[in-house]
Amino acid sequence: MKKTFSLIFLAIVLISSNAFATAPEESRPVPEVSIKTIKGENFKTSALNNEGKVMIIDFWATWCKPCIEELNAIHENYMEWQKETGVKLVTISLDDARTMQRVAPFVNGRGWNFENYIDPNGDFRRAMNVNMPPHTFVVDPKGNIVWQHVGFAEGNEEELFQVIKNVSQGKTPEGK
Amino acid sequence: MMVLENRIAGMWKNRYFPLTLSFLIFFLNSSHAQTSILNSGIHGNFQFDGQLYRPDSLIGSPDVPEDFLNNGYANLIYEKENFAAGIRYENYLNPLLGFDRRFKGTGITYRFFTYKKDNLQVTIGNNYEQFGSGLVLRAYEERSLGLDNAIDGIKVKFQPLPGVYLKGIVGRQRDFFSLGEGIVRAIDGEWNLNESIKAMNEAKTKWTIGGSFVSKYQEDQDPVFILPKNVAAGAARINIINGGFNFYGEYAYKVNDPGMVNNYIYKTGEALLLQGTYTVKGFGLTLGAKRIDNMNFRSDRTATGNQLFVNYLPALTKNHTNMLAAFYPYATQPNGEMALQAEVFFNSKAGTWLGGKFGTDFTINYSRAQAIKKVSTNDDFGYSSPFFEVGDEIFFEDFNFEINKKISKKVRAILSYVYINYNRDVIEGRDGFGHIYYHVPMLEVIYKIKTGKAIRTELQHLFTDQDQRNWAMALVEFTIAPKWSFAIFDMYNYGNKTPEKQIHYFNTNIGYTFNSSRISVAYGRQRAGILCVGGVCRNVPAANGLSLSITSSF
Repeated sequence: MKKTFSLIFLAIVLISSNAFATAPEESRPVPEVSIKTIKGENFKTSALNNEGKVMIIDFWATWCKPCIEELNAIHENYMEWQKETGVKLVTISLDDARTMQRVAPFVNGRGWNFENYIDPNGDFRRAMNVNMPPHTFVVDPKGNIVWQHVGFAEGNEEELFQVIKNVSQGKTPEGK
Repeated sequence: MMVLENRIAGMWKNRYFPLTLSFLIFFLNSSHAQTSILNSGIHGNFQFDGQLYRPDSLIGSPDVPEDFLNNGYANLIYEKENFAAGIRYENYLNPLLGFDRRFKGTGITYRFFTYKKDNLQVTIGNNYEQFGSGLVLRAYEERSLGLDNAIDGIKVKFQPLPGVYLKGIVGRQRDFFSLGEGIVRAIDGEWNLNESIKAMNEAKTKWTIGGSFVSKYQEDQDPVFILPKNVAAGAARINIINGGFNFYGEYAYKVNDPGMVNNYIYKTGEALLLQGTYTVKGFGLTLGAKRIDNMNFRSDRTATGNQLFVNYLPALTKNHTNMLAAFYPYATQPNGEMALQAEVFFNSKAGTWLGGKFGTDFTINYSRAQAIKKVSTNDDFGYSSPFFEVGDEIFFEDFNFEINKKISKKVRAILSYVYINYNRDVIEGRDGFGHIYYHVPMLEVIYKIKTGKAIRTELQHLFTDQDQRNWAMALVEFTIAPKWSFAIFDMYNYGNKTPEKQIHYFNTNIGYTFNSSRISVAYGRQRAGILCVGGVCRNVPAANGLSLSITSSF
C-alpha cells in the first residue's frame, strides 16, 4: 500500500515538475479548504482576498503568547499601514473545541480590527504547512503567497511592513 | 545484469527510494528552470527535535543508553486545482524522552489524496476530522503530545443544498506505526438555516443545527465477558448567533462500552457542553458549562494513554503558558466531571483613567471542575448518576487575571496572577497525595531598546506548601529582529524540604529565524512534569542536556 502511494506520488511529481519547468512565473495561490468565521459560519479559504491589494494571513491562537505580541504590535500600526498600502490582515486561529469560543471575545476584547477566522480541524494549517504559530504569510495583489515568516520578536513588524510596501509596489518581497 | 536487476528491484522495495527519487527529479527540474519552491504546486514543512542527554541524578533524569534521541517530521503536499495529495515521513531514532517508546522507528505515517468536484469532496488515505466540538469524533494530530489518531480510510464531504453539509468517514485509526484494530464508521450533518432558507438569509439571528452518529466495531475475543462488538454514539448540537451573542450547545450519548479506562462497566455514557459568549468592541465575556459521564471512547477497548481516541473531551480550564503556572495542569476526566468556566476580556482605551496613555487590556478567568455524583449499583453498570447533581470532590479550580499595559512607546508590561487548587490524586491517578494549592504572581516587561532590538524579562514565583514547595523563576531574553533571539532563565526550587533538592534549573537558548525557518539550540535542565494541550496530557521526565530544534516551511 505504502509503495503504491509512493509510486503515485512519484508520478505526480514527475508530471508536475516538468509542467512547472515551463511555467516558472506561476506562484502558489492560497489553497482552498473549509474554515469557520468567528460567528461559526462555514467559509472557503479561496474567498480570502483584499480586492487587488496586499493581504497578510496570520496563524495564531489565544494560548500563544508571541502570537498575541505580534498581533498587538500590528494593531498599534494597523491604521497607518492601511492608509499607506491598503493592506488587510486576516487572522486564522488554531484554537480547537476547547478554546474556540474564546476567540471572538478575545479579539473584540483587545479591540483588534482584523478579519478573523477559526481553523478548528487544522485543515488550513496543514494546507499552509504551519508547524507552530505565529506563522505569517504575505499574499500579493494577485492572490499568490509570496512571503512567509515564523515566530515573532519585538521589531519583526517593521520587517513585515517593509515587505508589504515592496509587494504593494509590485516589487519582490525583498524590494527588487 | 542479473545483479543489477536485483539491485534495482531491491531499491524499489525500499519504500523510501521512490520518494528520494521524486525529490531528486523535482529539484533538478526546478533548479534548471530557476523556479522557486513557492512557485510550484509542491510545498511542505519539516521539523526536527533532537537532544543530547547528560546523566543528572540530582533531578532524577532517566538513563539514556543512546545518549542522543530525536523526533523528526516532514510533510509534502502537492496541489493542483481541485486535486491535492500529501505524505508525512516520521523519524524517531529513538523517540525523545517522554514520548511512547512504541514510536521507535521510521516510516510514512500519513498519506492522502483528495479531489473536489462540484459539491463533492473525496479524501482517500489518512483523514483528520471533527464533528461539532468533537464529543463523539475528533481525529487530530498534536505532535507535542505524541498524539495522532488520524483515520485511515475514505472520507466523503457533500453539500447537496446551500447551507447543508454532510460528511461520512470510514476507516481505522493510527496506532504508532500501524493501525488500531477497531473500525470507525461516522456520519455528520450540519444545517445552516440562514444559508438554506431564503427568507432567513438576511435575518439577524443565525441558526445552525447538526447531528452526528459514530459507530466502532471491534471483535470480542474475551473468554469471560460478552463485550459489545459494535458501539454507537450520537450527538446533537445547536448554534444560535445574534449580533454579539453566541450560544453553542452539544449533547452526546454513547451506548454501553466496557473498556480498560472505565474498568469494564456496561453503563452508557453522556456528555453535555454549553457555551455562551457576548462581545462588543472592547469587551468580551464567555461562559461555559460541561458535564461528562463515562465518555471515554476509543476504537480499541484496551487502549489507554493517548492512543486511539475516537472523541475529544475539551477541558474547560485555561491553558497556562507561563512556566510556573503550568506546573500542575488539568486533564479532562473522561469517567465523570462537571465543570464551569467564566472569562472576561476588556480593553480600557487610551486616554482613560484605567487605560493610561496607550490603553490597557484586562483578562479575568475562573474555572472549576468537580466530580459528578456516583451511586454505586453493584452490578455490571457500575454506578448510576443523577444528571444535575454535583459530586463532592473538587478536581481543579483556577482563578487568574492578567493586565497587559503599554507604559510608554518603549515599554510594555504584563502583570498576572494565578491561583490553582489541583487534585493530584484524581488528575495524576495516584493515591494519598491530596491537593496542591498554589499561587503564582508574574511580571513580564518588554523593553524596546531601539528599532529591532528588545529585551524581555519575566519574574515568576510559585507559593505552595505541598509537593516541592516554593519556586522562583527569572528569565531574560534579548532579541534582534527579525533573526536572532538569546534567552537565559533559571527556575529555582529553593523551598524544597530536602536541602539537596533545592536545585537550580538553569537554561540557555539561542534561536535563529530566517523567514519561514527557525533553528534553536538550548542547553540546560528540564523539570519532570506534565505537558497538556487541550486537556490531553503527557508526562515529561526530567532531563539535562543539549537540544536542537529545526522547523522549516516551504
